[in-house]
Amino acid sequence: MKYESQSIAKLYFIAAIGLFVGQILFGVILGLQYVMGDFLFPEIPFNVARMVHTNLLIVWLLFGFMGAAYYLVPEESERELYSPKLAILMFWIFLVAGALTILGYLLVPYATLAEITMNDLLPTMGREFLEQPTITKIGIVIVALAFIFNIGMTILTGRKTVISLVLLTGLVGLAVFFLFSFYNPENLVLDKYFWWFVVHLWVEGVWELIMASLLAFVLIKVTGVDREVIEKWLYIIIAMALISGLIGTGHHFFWIGTPDYWQWLGSIFSALEPIPFFMMTLFAFNVVNKRRREHPNKAATLWALGTAVMAFLGAGVWGFLHTLAPVNFYTHGTQITAAHGHMAFYGAYVMVVLTMISYSMPIMRGQQAANAKAQIVEMWSFWLMTVSMVFITLFLTGAGILQVYLQRYSDTPISFMETQSKVEMFYWMREIAGLVFLIGLIVYIVSFFVKGEEVKMAEAE
Amino acid sequence: MRETFTKGMARNIYYGGSVFFFLVLIGLTVDTVESLPKTDNRENLTEEVAAGKRLWEINDCIGCHTLLGEGAYFAPELGNVYTRFGESTEAIKGFIKSRPVDGIPGRRSMPQFNFTDQELEEIAQFLKYADGIKIARDWPPNIQG
Repeated sequence: MKYESQSIAKLYFIAAIGLFVGQILFGVILGLQYVMGDFLFPEIPFNVARMVHTNLLIVWLLFGFMGAAYYLVPEESERELYSPKLAILMFWIFLVAGALTILGYLLVPYATLAEITMNDLLPTMGREFLEQPTITKIGIVIVALAFIFNIGMTILTGRKTVISLVLLTGLVGLAVFFLFSFYNPENLVLDKYFWWFVVHLWVEGVWELIMASLLAFVLIKVTGVDREVIEKWLYIIIAMALISGLIGTGHHFFWIGTPDYWQWLGSIFSALEPIPFFMMTLFAFNVVNKRRREHPNKAATLWALGTAVMAFLGAGVWGFLHTLAPVNFYTHGTQITAAHGHMAFYGAYVMVVLTMISYSMPIMRGQQAANAKAQIVEMWSFWLMTVSMVFITLFLTGAGILQVYLQRYSDTPISFMETQSKVEMFYWMREIAGLVFLIGLIVYIVSFFVKGEEVKMAEAE
Repeated sequence: MRETFTKGMARNIYYGGSVFFFLVLIGLTVDTVESLPKTDNRENLTEEVAAGKRLWEINDCIGCHTLLGEGAYFAPELGNVYTRFGESTEAIKGFIKSRPVDGIPGRRSMPQFNFTDQELEEIAQFLKYADGIKIARDWPPNIQG
């Protein structure tokens, strides 16, 4: 570790992993509720468990992004963090606010939570992924602003690299587009239209900038490939991400009462959205092949390559599968969407955070890389989680295809609930895959505690 | 990548491309917002409907159901429930009101929210309004949602 203040990232990463565990536990509960409808009812109804599952994901990824930025930015800027104290303060504020929000979901009925937090003053609750009480949303904005100020001041007063500037752009975009979560008009179509300005422009827009810059940083470190080469890739990847993704927002505007032209624009531009992900795959394999050093952290390299492949499969391939309007007409709002959502989030954002953790955590613990045994355990967790996520996606896709056929495509369509009981088998299989994922996550945590002989870089840099 | 394609060129594509398409998105957004009155059923957006939307939100209905295909995939689509229930707000209210407090053994069940009659009316009116939004190709494909 070159700069003392980078170690703040450790705090953020530990919190991220802790919340990740919570997310997966609730994922397993949800999967069981799909097949045992009365499981935990009425104590934890499905909608509550789902809120916990998705909100924990968002919060832990934000912890991951912030931790990654606190690690990356001082090193790139070649100076200590502008204010380590502010970073630590914001950590605790965010953790407490996040924990209180999740406890609020679990301990009181959602309507009561809305009342306690005075949702009436500025109603923003109750929209998918943006379920947080308004006061929590304000908290998120404050934390995000303090974070960006801290990171921004570090970058602007230090060495400016393409990686840190792209990361900063992504983070500023994240904060700016989140502001749309405060706009909740009574008009349902307007509400839905601008809701996507948070959700789509995050995950299919500015988050891709964050992801690409984190990946580029780790790849520079583990391969030693020339920065010039990596920066060129980075620019062209994020260029394609925004060129395709901005108008690609239109693939959400097919069936919500918006003009017909979105069917054309959304189809064409979102069909291009796999390109930046495919380029990330090419990029990652290319620079690893051209590596100039044998970095002892094999696990981090595996995560980096895995991120590129899984993001392409989950976001790119599974996204394209149902993005063309004539196809989406049948698949919109089915298990196909759930299948895509799972692999895309895992492949792109979960894995890039784990890549960053895998690379930086050993360094923050005073080693170049985790010991060989620990790395093997970590790689086991990589394969367990990744393969089980592939199966979760495949089973949900199977369920989705059947659902589309039975409920929407056949000459004698049957009701939603009848369809659900007919595809139950796939939900059982998904649940089993989910349990394997949980095992993989436990193995991942264990890998941090495996002892062994220290490994070192073979050659001098 | 080849030497003829420089980092500067890549950077210019990034800046130029993202600014250009961001402006296009803003332009299309203006056009969309201006043309919404033709489709978004705002003529039926009464105070009752608005109150219904609020109830829809503060009970996190989207956490199980889809509405116009967006939400969770655990319970039926509600963007066309008014049509599916025979264009009857009474049927919608009756369904919500009759949910058993302790659920149905072994099956998925909607929670009992203990809404007042006024609240039930508001929710039903909100769902009726949502059903009135004119959607491309009359999505969903059939009445099953």
